[in-house]
Amino acid sequence: MTKFSDLTRMPDARGHFGPYGGRFVSETLSFALEELEETYMALRDDPDFQAEFDHDLAHYVGRPSPLYHAERWSRELGGAQIWLKREDLNHTGAHKVNNTIGQALLAKKSGKPRVIAETGAGQHGVATATVAARLGLECAIYMGAEDVERQKLNVYRMQLLGATVIPVESGSRTLKDAMNEALRDWVTNVDTTFYIIGTVAGPHPYPMLVRDFNAVAGREAREQSLKQIGRLPDALIACVGGGSNALGLFYPFVEDEGVAMYGVEAGGDGVETGRHAAPLTGNAPRGVLHGNRTYLMSDEGGQVSDTHSISAGLDYPGVGPEHALWKDVGRVSYVAANDKEVLEAFRELTHVEGIMPALESAHALAYAKVLAPTMRPDQHIVVNLSGRGDKDILTVAKLDGIEI
Amino acid sequence: MNRIDQRFATLKAQGRTALIPYLTAGDPAPEYTVGFMHALVEAGADIIELGVPFSDPMADGPVIQKACERALKHGTRLTHLFAMVREFREQDTETPVVLMGYLNPIERMGYEAFADQAQAAGVDGVLTVDMPPEEADEFGPVLKARGLQSIFLVAPTTSDARAGTISAHGEGYLYYVSLKGVTGAATLNVDEIDAHLAPLRKLSDLPLCVGFGIRDGATAAAVGKVAEGVIVGSVLVGQIAACVDDPAAIAPRLKDILGEMRQALDA
Ligand SMILES: Cc1ncc(COP(=O)(O)O)c(C=O)c1O
Repeated sequence: MTKFSDLTRMPDARGHFGPYGGRFVSETLSFALEELEETYMALRDDPDFQAEFDHDLAHYVGRPSPLYHAERWSRELGGAQIWLKREDLNHTGAHKVNNTIGQALLAKKSGKPRVIAETGAGQHGVATATVAARLGLECAIYMGAEDVERQKLNVYRMQLLGATVIPVESGSRTLKDAMNEALRDWVTNVDTTFYIIGTVAGPHPYPMLVRDFNAVAGREAREQSLKQIGRLPDALIACVGGGSNALGLFYPFVEDEGVAMYGVEAGGDGVETGRHAAPLTGNAPRGVLHGNRTYLMSDEGGQVSDTHSISAGLDYPGVGPEHALWKDVGRVSYVAANDKEVLEAFRELTHVEGIMPALESAHALAYAKVLAPTMRPDQHIVVNLSGRGDKDILTVAKLDGIEI
Repeated sequence: MNRIDQRFATLKAQGRTALIPYLTAGDPAPEYTVGFMHALVEAGADIIELGVPFSDPMADGPVIQKACERALKHGTRLTHLFAMVREFREQDTETPVVLMGYLNPIERMGYEAFADQAQAAGVDGVLTVDMPPEEADEFGPVLKARGLQSIFLVAPTTSDARAGTISAHGEGYLYYVSLKGVTGAATLNVDEIDAHLAPLRKLSDLPLCVGFGIRDGATAAAVGKVAEGVIVGSVLVGQIAACVDDPAAIAPRLKDILGEMRQALDA
């Protein structure tokens, strides 16, 4: 049995989180990944690099983000106190920017004039286009054609920022296909292009560095809890697509055994229907996709399954390899929220607290609604409000039959 | 001796270059594949690379992506490929067959089950595009124990140190990816390829075969001057795409294209 303290020493030198992770890529990319790993390992503990990162987070992103006590909602739910880690208040409106600021610094060091990214909800695409604009880098964003349709606002936002948005028509026309296409671009333009992966997936060293850049949210939340609550929270909740906002919140608490953690996957029509994007909750088999081994929704022949979720950002058949390990060792409980529950939570937080969450983040809120009433009012839950819901207004309006 | 080693020994004695066609199994439908394999051999193929269709072929361009989609529409999976190779072997016991594809279908089946069935079917080598030697600690020995050869890629971006590791693990031949890009990409530069192959020769005794970008007799012959083998895929698969509504026309076209390459190589 892995001790929780062992979890802070992952990945190993070859990028493995126990049996997961690794670097399963075609040979052309091996060199670029070795180079990236070398660059990052050299900078990781470099005080100048950290200072530059912290400076950008403070003055460009607007960190620290508040830890907000949702008193009215907590009262209505009638159980534990709910605290929202307000990543929605970051510049560009989601946690994704923490990572793109960090990777932009690495891109700058690499001297490459072009960045690319995959995006689902468009938040990572926007965050990438934003740092590219700031650094004067050429930027191409791959986005599944279905997501281009359901996240139109973000598509235009990226274009305003100067990025080229490339709709991907292959496969299921969602996030996984965007990532395939970004990898194909990278393999072709590897000399001139830095690939900014948007979640804790992909080949080593991405799962590690995306986690590290997002962990600022967890470090802040830990400190803020001690200050504002007077102790550590009893539970943490975050939504899990690839899993970057969840790892960012959870990682600094991993050795705090009294802090329970819940990762909420996209239940779609319901995990029992098979139409979902919940590899961990749905007990998907192990598999290899996009450079790492993890739990992966696939059929008996090893073909990757189509996924279903109301939220483009969680509509992915795999999950970051570190989550796969954390599931196995039992550090995090993985659950799912289905589309209907998510919409209810979206509306409820908007009405009761005046905060409109992203549909992704509303998955975490939906589980808070389940968990809080089972706890006492003197107990505390921190929920990662990973992004704001402006981008989802058209989706919700459409469900309400309103044409905007 | 493994059929692949045998074939390269024969070619070397004859002073000839290996011609290695690739087809995605099950494209345009599973019942055609074995016939295509025989047609390729008649036209001068030395080794056949049989592609395992995958839902997410990240290293492939649009031509082979669409081939995978056509094959998957018919539900082509590894068990069908084994049956195809078995059937091919009823007539052809000499031409080596290499399965080429992505790791996930093999992971899902399990390494041992895969290797047992591949060996029983008459497969000779396995090329897993997204499994570099560093990740093959477990799989490599499972294949080796059954006499199946592990074939690895070398790219223009591969460092000498990595090339050393790859050739230490590789068997059969080294597949040199001629350009940075996906399959089916544009043009190749023979001088550049030659410059990259020279250091590889010092590191490895394996035959060097070049793939990606070989389109016709002229490119095949040019590459054939600097390599022990040429690998051709997208041009053939493109013929299948052009004839999906007239499958009877496919085999003759494959033979024409490959035959022209054979002639150009042997000239
Ligand atoms: C607001 C928000 N939360 C969560 C996610 C899911 O990503 P991850 O699981 O990596 O946090 C996304 C992805 O687009 C997002 O936009």
